[in-house]
Amino acid sequence: MIKLEHVDKQYRDHHALNDINLTFEANQTTVILGPSGAGKSTLLRSLNLLERPQSGHYQIGAEQVDFSQEIPTKLVLKVRRMTGMVFQSWNLFPHLTIMQNITEGPIHVLNQSKAQAEQKALELLEEVGLADTKDRYPSQLSGGQQQRISICRALAMDPEYILFDEPTSALDPELEAQVLRVLLKLAQQQQSMIVVTHNIEFARRVADKIVFLEDGKIEFEGTVDEFFNHPTQRIHEFLTGMEF
Amino acid sequence: MWDIIVSSTPEIVWAGIKYTIPLAVISFIIGFIIAVFTAIVRITTPKGNPVVLFFWRLLKWFLNFYVWLFRSTPLLVQLFIIFFGLPNAGIQFNAFTAGIITFSLNTGAYCSETIRGAISSIPDSQWEAAYSIGMTHRQVLFRIIFPQALRVALPPLSNSFIGLVKDTSLASSITILEMFMVSQQITAKNYEPLLMYSIVAAVYAVFCTVLTILQHYLEKRMSRYVQVTGE
Ligand SMILES: Nc1ncnc2c1ncn2[C@@H]1O[C@H](COP(=O)(O)OP(=O)(O)OP(=O)(O)O)[C@@H](O)[C@H]1O
Ligand SMILES: [Mg+2]
Repeated sequence: MIKLEHVDKQYRDHHALNDINLTFEANQTTVILGPSGAGKSTLLRSLNLLERPQSGHYQIGAEQVDFSQEIPTKLVLKVRRMTGMVFQSWNLFPHLTIMQNITEGPIHVLNQSKAQAEQKALELLEEVGLADTKDRYPSQLSGGQQQRISICRALAMDPEYILFDEPTSALDPELEAQVLRVLLKLAQQQQSMIVVTHNIEFARRVADKIVFLEDGKIEFEGTVDEFFNHPTQRIHEFLTGMEF
Repeated sequence: MWDIIVSSTPEIVWAGIKYTIPLAVISFIIGFIIAVFTAIVRITTPKGNPVVLFFWRLLKWFLNFYVWLFRSTPLLVQLFIIFFGLPNAGIQFNAFTAGIITFSLNTGAYCSETIRGAISSIPDSQWEAAYSIGMTHRQVLFRIIFPQALRVALPPLSNSFIGLVKDTSLASSITILEMFMVSQQITAKNYEPLLMYSIVAAVYAVFCTVLTILQHYLEKRMSRYVQVTGE
């Protein structure tokens, strides 16, 4: 379980996270929705410690992080191993082959043997239907394929949680569907996931829980049914604002 | 004329093999190591206790000074100071060592800027992606960023190396018997400056052309992963 208490992040001229209190249950898919600039990315990146809130408490599994203190490097690395990150623009390592992209972490961070890491990588590649691309370089693949590879890269580390920051925003609808199918499969396998997305349909169909963020504050936290069938005034506006 | 070409060219090429090439290659290797070290120190701010931080800052300041010094003074003057000047301060090197030291420091200063620029040209998202899988700062730098930066830096580094090969002709002024010095000596005997200096120019040109071909080969190899449209 991930638990955030009184998490606060202030950029020089913007209060990006304002007293966030949240729990993310294990084996569930939590979808974070909210307008642009709400602080969704900041929240997600804080869980991977790419962003450092100034104060608040963060618990993941048995690890405790106090944001008001300097976080020891060892703890940082540990928390990162527990939280895989999938970026909007996938950010694969261009100088490594697909296989190497996926095995880089397992071999050099988890100290797995090359054979072991490659076997696992192949299994993951097969799961996402891209086993035949293992010897290619990222630049030779489509965006949708690269995003599926980056999901494999995160999964290969066997993290407790996978964090997705708008994983399909940079993709055409057809490629988006390929990626969303992978996410759906992961959700069905009870992988713990936190997904920031603008895809309302995905939230409706896959989420176990929805968090609605606005202006750095949590405006709503609850079930899919509540969110869509009994929306507050603000959520209603948000949802209708996304229709045309 | 043909006689002169046939008799003196091997002598010049031999001087190249014995002095010009070793001077250039050894200096470039040392210079490259200095450059990588300098670039990395200059872009890194360690966390840690104030004492470490203080010495780090001191080191940074010193390296900034070094880069500034060697980039803003002529190479020939640097050679003279290190070979003819330093003995007055009680520090004496033989000519070859003085040459290696000067050329290494000079190339190191220029290449450190090249490498620093190349490292900064790699987008932050690469650092983040590598950090996100739990890599340490050092792993990210040497396994993810540096290999990509090297590709960016290869053309300017090759330029520096080719420049260095030609600059070793300045070593003649500190008594090193490299190619240009040998051609001068032969000229003193046969009074054929046009011919002799043309020969030595041609030999430099051949060396540098070989290097350019090597550069293109390396560039191609290191760019395997970059999509070239139309290929
Ligand atoms: N490095 C930064 N420095 C200053 N302000 C920042 C920085 N990063 C983000 N912000 C600000 O913090 C706010 C929240 O940003 P964040 O990226 O978390 O929003 P978001 O909800 O992910 O938005 P989007 O849907 O557009 O991705 C924004 O107003 C943004 O301008
Ligand atoms: Mg965002």
